[in-house]
Amino acid sequence: MSTEQEEIGNLTQLLQEQFPGAVQSYHQHRGDETVLVERSQILPICQFLRDDERSKMEMMIDLTAVDYIKESPRFEVVYHFKSLSLEHRIRVKVRVPEEDCEIDSIHELWLAVDWYERECYDMYGIIFKNHPNLQRILMYSQFEGYPLRKDYPIGRQQPLVEMRPVNERHDYGEL
Amino acid sequence: MGVETQFQDGFMTTTIDSVVNWSRKFSLFTYPFVTACCGMEYMAAACSHYDISRFGAEIPRFSPRQADLLFVVGTITHKMAPVLKLIYEQMPNPKWVIAFGACASSGGFYQNYSVVQGIDRVIPVDTYIAGCPPRPEAVLDAIIELQNRIQDRGPQGISGINPNQEEKVIPKARESKENLLLSRQ
Repeated sequence: MSTEQEEIGNLTQLLQEQFPGAVQSYHQHRGDETVLVERSQILPICQFLRDDERSKMEMMIDLTAVDYIKESPRFEVVYHFKSLSLEHRIRVKVRVPEEDCEIDSIHELWLAVDWYERECYDMYGIIFKNHPNLQRILMYSQFEGYPLRKDYPIGRQQPLVEMRPVNERHDYGEL
Repeated sequence: MGVETQFQDGFMTTTIDSVVNWSRKFSLFTYPFVTACCGMEYMAAACSHYDISRFGAEIPRFSPRQADLLFVVGTITHKMAPVLKLIYEQMPNPKWVIAFGACASSGGFYQNYSVVQGIDRVIPVDTYIAGCPPRPEAVLDAIIELQNRIQDRGPQGISGINPNQEEKVIPKARESKENLLLSRQ
């Protein structure tokens, strides 16, 4: 891992030149680069990755988040981009603190990101600023809390209809 | 035996209930409420290899108003539960419900924020099929089990014509031991 840390990839180097100080850490594994960047710089960085001739990320592959409940800042938003013409990929990570849980939306750069950001908001409660329609996408609107946060109680269910009483199922009698 | 001896061959006596239940059990119109991977196994059971049409249950009706047997095939989430309840309420009486597979019966391995822990928390269920997914033989077994139930109890099964009414125990010719003994004598 330490040797990989020293070796700097082309895209990482490009980002470091364009946005001095914005890349907080980086590594690469089997030719795929990962950068951890500053939260305030995410929109210009994504714009650069999409438009620059040496990067040309035409495709937004994935957007998700990770809840590191014991760390601070608590959340990490993860973007995956791919360049179809230059055939390379990059993973961009951004740390988001719990108390100020928001980040700029990048839906103007890739339209496909719309639903990914809604899902991320639905599951983790991360607010994407300037998103055109930031509503729950998987869960129902009456749902309270964010189910993929590690502090959501694992057995907590929020039924929409009244649950009928049933007999206890796990009684196998005397064995 | 009985009044049949007064007629020629080719006559038999029975009760209206028995005949009506007999026709009910061999003309089950199913509504497949398919939400997950169990649907593949339902298709296998419905197609010609296993062929539930041998038991009179071959026509899937994709309108609940034309169906009397609700197959709940797959995982039911809390978001889907109101839809399932509505579908069930749209079905005309008498009606029956089969919970197909582990998820429909008990939630399966999804014990989390989104999945109903068995559809009997939402609607009454007559027959449960175990398995993840169940084999088609298990489906056929469940249909035969349900048919026996319909023959014995008529529309007053668990989810029958009036779910609030207590189940009436009416001894039927088919299983009543006394009748069996009488017919042998």
